[in-house]
Amino acid sequence: MQESIIQIEDVHKYFKKVHALRGINLNIRKGEVVVIVGPSGSGKSTLLRCINRLEEYDQGRIVVDGIPLDNAENINAVRREVGMVFQSFNLFPHLTAIDNLMLAQKVVRKRSSEEARAIAEALLKKVGIPEKAESYPIQLSGGQQQRVAIARALAMSPKIMLFDEPTSALDPEMIKEVLDVMLDLAKEGMTMVVVSHEMGFSRAAANRIIFMDEGMIVEEGPPEKVFGNPDQDRTKLFLSKVLQH
Amino acid sequence: MEAQSKSKTDQKQLTGVPGTEPGARLDAWWWLVALVVGLTVLLVTAWPDPFGRIFKFVGDFKVFIPKHPFFNWTNFSSWINGFFESGIFVTVFITLGSFVLVIFAGIIGGMGRLSNNKAIYGVSTLYVEIVRGIPLLVQLMWWYFAFPVIFQSFGRWIHWSYAANYLANAYLMAIIGLVFCYGAYMSEIYRAGIQSIPKGQMEAARSQGMTYFQAMRYVILPQAIRVILPPVGNEFTALLKDSSLVSVVAVADMTRRGREFSSAQFNPISTWTMIALLYLIMTLFSARIVSFIEKKTKFER
Repeated sequence: MQESIIQIEDVHKYFKKVHALRGINLNIRKGEVVVIVGPSGSGKSTLLRCINRLEEYDQGRIVVDGIPLDNAENINAVRREVGMVFQSFNLFPHLTAIDNLMLAQKVVRKRSSEEARAIAEALLKKVGIPEKAESYPIQLSGGQQQRVAIARALAMSPKIMLFDEPTSALDPEMIKEVLDVMLDLAKEGMTMVVVSHEMGFSRAAANRIIFMDEGMIVEEGPPEKVFGNPDQDRTKLFLSKVLQH
Repeated sequence: MEAQSKSKTDQKQLTGVPGTEPGARLDAWWWLVALVVGLTVLLVTAWPDPFGRIFKFVGDFKVFIPKHPFFNWTNFSSWINGFFESGIFVTVFITLGSFVLVIFAGIIGGMGRLSNNKAIYGVSTLYVEIVRGIPLLVQLMWWYFAFPVIFQSFGRWIHWSYAANYLANAYLMAIIGLVFCYGAYMSEIYRAGIQSIPKGQMEAARSQGMTYFQAMRYVILPQAIRVILPPVGNEFTALLKDSSLVSVVAVADMTRRGREFSSAQFNPISTWTMIALLYLIMTLFSARIVSFIEKKTKFER
């Protein structure tokens, strides 16, 4: 087995009085693709956002790539190594696609403009929209925006990619183009943690499915096992609701 | 590049509300400026007495012409000091000087209002609430009449002779008063502008490893500036008008010069009409400059 790159130990999180995460223990290995599923409000996005500390947790320990998330300096160090893709894209609307990709490279990675531009151009090509380099986010379709957002995260040369429901805000015909990019990434051996209900993607790319409910990990295992023959009743109930279509 | 210009024309066609297209506003403004400037020029030239005299008295433009060639610092500084005999210059100086400082005071106040630190938030909220609850005229009076006395007592207490013998500089106190008051309004504008940017923008920036200040500098502020600019422009115009209040605290601005002329010549109608027209010209141009900057910094969202 390869070494573990994310260690989550007994993490608890409260939103005021709501106990959102109730003792999460999870190890993610290098190169692993983990898909987190679960009903809304089960804490899956919160868990994902704890990994790069966009969300603070109240108890427990998270270590990413050997760096414990405990002070501001470490948090920024982890964030440099962890790319994140959001449900609502969150592209910078005042910058063109290529400038969106170059900004953090220059500011955080201290790359020169030429170097950053070369990387950005290569990544736009990789996600299939090199011709949109000079377009502003508003001029792109949802699928194109999300692909730029993936490229923006990749521009920082991350070791881990987090995806927070990357296709939930997309029109149906645009989901595939985003999933294709994610599949390519998985094939290249990127460590990925994905919150998504895309069964096709999960079956094709995931090494492990994690089913969460009420802030706890209810069941985990390979996709065939969790989707095909789950142990827990709660998993069965959830899947019966999701898979009916 | 092509797609961009195309969608701009699309947008123009979509927002076809009569009177909102750039050309229409331009025309209305030009008509108004032509009317006001024309009327002023007409009054001054056709009736040199009293309008021409009022204009000369308030403007006192001869002070801009150096009396001596300034080979040395004394001549130069006396030339500059002479500017303060012109009421129009004083109004412009007080307005621009305070406004530059207001922009910075607003940044500090606005950051404080956005701070997670309870003490900083508390102090800046207290500042904003106190200042907004007191009339500007009373604040100016306080700074000019009360503050120097407090400062003198403080100086005597700690045996600091400069402070103990301090005499209020009317211009300085007027600018402090205006900045203190408008800084509070400005910090609320900044706070609202920054808060109008979706939370996801900060998260996206932070998730790439940017620090809070980098995210502010490169992501939040460039977007917030477009939201902030129109109300900031309004504040500038309001400050220009409110600067007339400094005339009661010994600053010889346009309004004060007008009052001097009016009481000396017993000619209130023409004096105050002239003063009103001069303020109107200034506010019209400042509004125009603001909308020009707005157009320059616009981007599609």
